[in-house]
Amino acid sequence: MSWFDTIIYLIYIAAAVCFVLGLHLMNSPVTARRGNQLSASGMIAAIVVTLAALIHFGTVSVTGWIVVIVGTAVGSLAGLYSARTVKMTAMPQLVSMFNAVGGGAACIVAINDFVKVATGPGHPNPAGTVAVATALDVLIGAVTFTGSLIAAGKLQGVVSGAPITFPGARVVNIVLAVLMIGSAIWMMTGTAGIVILIVLLLSALGFGITMVLPIGGADMPVVISLLNAFTGTAVAMAGFVINNPVLITAGALVGASGSILTKLMADAMNRSIPNIIIGGFGTGDAAAGAAVGAGAGVRTVDADDAAIQLAYAQKVIVVPGYGLAAAQAQNEVQNLAQLLESKGVEVVYAIHPVAGRMPGHMNVLLAEANVPYSQLKEMEEINPEFPRADVALVIGANDVTNPAARRPGNLISGMPILDVDKAKAIIVVKRSMGHGYAGMDNELYYDEKTTMYFADGKTALEEMAAAVKTLVG
Amino acid sequence: MSQALLADITIFVLSLLVGFEVISKVPSMLHTPLMSAANSIHGIVLAGAMLIAVTANNAFAYTLAFIGAAFAAANVMGGYVVTGRMLKMFRKKPELPDATAAAADGQVGAKVSGSVKS
Repeated sequence: MSWFDTIIYLIYIAAAVCFVLGLHLMNSPVTARRGNQLSASGMIAAIVVTLAALIHFGTVSVTGWIVVIVGTAVGSLAGLYSARTVKMTAMPQLVSMFNAVGGGAACIVAINDFVKVATGPGHPNPAGTVAVATALDVLIGAVTFTGSLIAAGKLQGVVSGAPITFPGARVVNIVLAVLMIGSAIWMMTGTAGIVILIVLLLSALGFGITMVLPIGGADMPVVISLLNAFTGTAVAMAGFVINNPVLITAGALVGASGSILTKLMADAMNRSIPNIIIGGFGTGDAAAGAAVGAGAGVRTVDADDAAIQLAYAQKVIVVPGYGLAAAQAQNEVQNLAQLLESKGVEVVYAIHPVAGRMPGHMNVLLAEANVPYSQLKEMEEINPEFPRADVALVIGANDVTNPAARRPGNLISGMPILDVDKAKAIIVVKRSMGHGYAGMDNELYYDEKTTMYFADGKTALEEMAAAVKTLVG
Repeated sequence: MSQALLADITIFVLSLLVGFEVISKVPSMLHTPLMSAANSIHGIVLAGAMLIAVTANNAFAYTLAFIGAAFAAANVMGGYVVTGRMLKMFRKKPELPDATAAAADGQVGAKVSGSVKS
């Protein structure tokens, strides 16, 4: 190893250390920004060193420089523009798009390497362990690329969010999977040529589409998290292909973190990952669990009564769910909360781990509406406090508040829930008695302490805030 | 198996373990920024995409280098900027006048949240 290579290698290691420490600093909102900056500095160092290596090799043609510089500039501008303009509610789509391009780039690195070797002097077949990494990189990268595009399309509403199936879909899926795995194994044996590469690439691209299409929009966040882990793994494989330590480290880090997040999220939704990928849950029919209280009526409340209950409470716990984000009512809920606080009411937010459209999404949406994070309480922290709350205000959250989860024998049994039913009074803001994702009745709504406020989240909160102002002064 | 490959595999396995260990401590409050931060880190593939240029000598390789660099650069740049934007919003204490809060939010935050508040 020349001194130059040694320095490059050491700087790559330093960059990897920055990534690890950056992620570590994410464990508190106080240090998280510093973590992101540290991670970005590591990234800049790694890229600068790579540029230095390109200059040092001295084999890059003028065209090569133009291609790399223009390509990087175009990509940076596109990334910068989308990052600056994206709405916080659209965050999952953006993450998915970044997964797509990251996976695509990792796939391209392997394709380039394979084609270079296969068309090189003497036309050898790429063999040995590099062949294994190449096959895995092309496979995972290509599946991630198309899968992420479809997932983003579904969240954005470009592709229908409903599970899409067509006659013979399963057969197509199996055929693609067999082709994909078969050609990948062939490639690993080191006897494959360009044709096999093309078969692998096309079948993996196709499989990415047919894998995500039948999955419902509500499951997309888990899919995105899974694809994030895939991208990380693909990047690590690209690192093996070109023998670059920083790609291996960074890719493995992301692969591990993505896997954990996926697992946490699937657990919080009471689903297993295979179950989500295979699909076919929550068709909207209330099969199990409907027996309890289905015949009982619910009580409704108007804005004035709700306002009085809230304004004269000591402690109010707000339980925001996806409905709040869908109604874009983050600012309205913060306005109402500030109004109540000015009347001496203690207001905190109870955040279920999967509230919103991706893990932790609700925290970002509320942070955007200027809610300080000290008021955002996680499930384990807030559950013991519900019995002391005078009012629990549930806005657009459903299954995560259903006490039926504590009993065995129904669709959501065992799912971690917020103990909203233990509050002294409960006001539920909801557009209709429609079912949540699990497609079953929520027993909370039939509780004698519960009153329902049927309205869109935004309207309801505006009406309540207005009523608090008029009635309580 | 070569020495270099064994070293690479060691790095891979240890990094996986570090990843599990580091991520498990992050509170669910920060999971969205965390996913976004992890997302930007896999943009390191930009280094790989740039290295394609070293041996590129035909239109096919140049095209790959171009697409790879553009894709990876979008991943890196967008990922870090959007993570920073999200983390900036997490405040400990509410800021008193809404105007300052919106201004501190930076131009984009102000556009999104300011429209309702102003």
